[in-house]
Amino acid sequence: MIGEYLIGTIIISMLLFFNRSRLVNYILVTIFLVMQWVFTVYEYNHRNIDEFYDLFKPDALAILLLITLSIIAIPAYYHSYVYFLKNKEIPRERAIYFSAMTLLIAAISAAYLSNHIAVTWIFVELTTLSASALIYHRRNNRSLEGTWKYIFVCSISITFVFIGILFLSIAMQQAGHSDLSFPALISNAGSLNVFWLRLAFLFIFTGFTAKLGLVPMYTAGIDAKDKAPSPAGALFSSVLMNVGFIGIFRFYEIIATTSIHVWANHILIIASLLSVFVAAVYMLKVKNIKRMLAYSSIEHTGIVMLGIAAGGIGYYAAILHIVLHAFAKSSMFFQMGQVYRIYKSKNIYDVGNYFKYNFTGTIVILLAFICSTAMPPSGLFISEFMIFRALFEAHYLFVLIVLLILLTIIIWAFGKNIFKLLFTPAVGFNEECVEKINPYESISQFILLGLVIYLGINPPDQFVELINESIKNLPH
Amino acid sequence: MVNVLLITFAITLLYLSIANRLLSIIKILAFQGLLLFGVSFIELNEINSINLTFILLETIIFKTIAVPLFLNYVIKRNNISREAEPFLSNFISLVIVTLIITVTFLLSNTITDIHLNKIYFVAALSGLFTGLYIIMSRRKIITHVMGFLVIENGVFILSLAVGNEMPMLVNTGILLDLFVSVLVLGIFVNKIGDVLKDVNVDQLQNLKD
Repeated sequence: MIGEYLIGTIIISMLLFFNRSRLVNYILVTIFLVMQWVFTVYEYNHRNIDEFYDLFKPDALAILLLITLSIIAIPAYYHSYVYFLKNKEIPRERAIYFSAMTLLIAAISAAYLSNHIAVTWIFVELTTLSASALIYHRRNNRSLEGTWKYIFVCSISITFVFIGILFLSIAMQQAGHSDLSFPALISNAGSLNVFWLRLAFLFIFTGFTAKLGLVPMYTAGIDAKDKAPSPAGALFSSVLMNVGFIGIFRFYEIIATTSIHVWANHILIIASLLSVFVAAVYMLKVKNIKRMLAYSSIEHTGIVMLGIAAGGIGYYAAILHIVLHAFAKSSMFFQMGQVYRIYKSKNIYDVGNYFKYNFTGTIVILLAFICSTAMPPSGLFISEFMIFRALFEAHYLFVLIVLLILLTIIIWAFGKNIFKLLFTPAVGFNEECVEKINPYESISQFILLGLVIYLGINPPDQFVELINESIKNLPH
Repeated sequence: MVNVLLITFAITLLYLSIANRLLSIIKILAFQGLLLFGVSFIELNEINSINLTFILLETIIFKTIAVPLFLNYVIKRNNISREAEPFLSNFISLVIVTLIITVTFLLSNTITDIHLNKIYFVAALSGLFTGLYIIMSRRKIITHVMGFLVIENGVFILSLAVGNEMPMLVNTGILLDLFVSVLVLGIFVNKIGDVLKDVNVDQLQNLKD
């Protein structure tokens, strides 16, 4: 099915690119969404069956993230339409935008499902290409700068991943194998030369941090999420980060069965603690709301990686966290589109008293704030709590204390800015030409946030089973 | 013979660190393309001839001719001044690149691997780190791109080291080459040239916190 899916996407994407009519655009995107869902359901029903010359395999983690992507894709297209209706609509720019977004979603899906390390690499490269078209959408100096930085940093990191793959292939050759698919790598991991494996881990981890948003390569993602239109930003800060996660996670599965498992855990802990630290420092300082949300995403991926490093219950919590974070953060970004339409600014000094202008939107922001700072009843509270427990049980007490202090700072900084946006009246803001926002535009955000709470408090059996199956290769 | 070519590659890195004019950097890049052509011609003797032709054509046409010509064109078209404008003096650059090569050499001595020719490892990693150093220490965006191309050449050498057993990886490396060059050079350097005149990184420092 994946072959048909990719060909279909390419055709739809080409048609979107050359089409200038709005109606045809609607129809094509609807077709794509139907195809995306048919594909998702098909892969769900054909779990763990190799496809397309064994290059793709829908395992539990891939299915989980694919469903997340397909859920977020619907509001992403919907809000893109709202974005184009409210801004000046140039047919050519609209065509490029939707074509790139379709390509991005397909590349992300394929990267999730890939069963071969080189195939993952190719599709991650494709996400860079399509994402940069979305970032450059506004076509001014600043978006140019954001795009340039994104392309440059992502190209360097994709090269790093490639070098890592080369080191891995040297190790495989030495052990007398030539198959670089993930199952083969996991089953042969014990016989690989540790020196090459270490180098490969360092390079692949560094490379994928550009997508995941961890120290050292996190910078590009911040500018991208800020400069892209908010529906695209929602995709970048949720499902695109999951691409980086799946890349690192699949390699971690290989490392977990070897003697350098503890060493790799230490690398993860250093990188993620530094990420949470960077997020805390910048969230205190940052004045742009969208950038603040981007830093909050960095904090969350840091927590996820700490969960992976801690092991035990942390594995389960990390997968739960990455899924729930995708829902919470994307709804926050969708809502930021409406905030921008009212204030025409993302700066914290220009916004305020949002209660007065858009009541429904305020409730969304309040709920999203509660959800993404992991306060109960948010599902992230449960996953974060489990990660703390895992760190405690793994005797990383010092890491846990530092993490808790940093999280307190982050919640304070996050809350300070969000409450400024909601309650404090903005200085010098002209109320007369405020746009009335239709409350129905917020429905999708409510659904996503409802999912965050529901999946955390009362996870369905299939969901729990999928998470448990996706971590079955890790040592318990 | 391969050893000679790879050592020459390492020497070009030293020359790169002190090259003051953009034109000399472009010439070095073209020369490196030629060296890579030689290495892949001699080394890849076990893969099928169609694939070999493809790889050789990529090194000679793309790396040696097309990219340098295009860089030249970009410089002329955007009236970029001819100096490389490093942040550090040439002497320090030379010392740093020498250190990079020495350290990778020492690192390679810790490898106990009979399959891998260590000189590939040295040349590739020094190419990688020299490229990163050039990106960090030069002011112009076009020199950043050139630093990136040096990294690509280093990676290409590394992929040749495993090329006979896994030709698929060499092809993937070429894919990376083409992808990045087309994306970064073709679309972007042109676009930046249209929007900003005489492009320095100084002009791309608005996005920060």
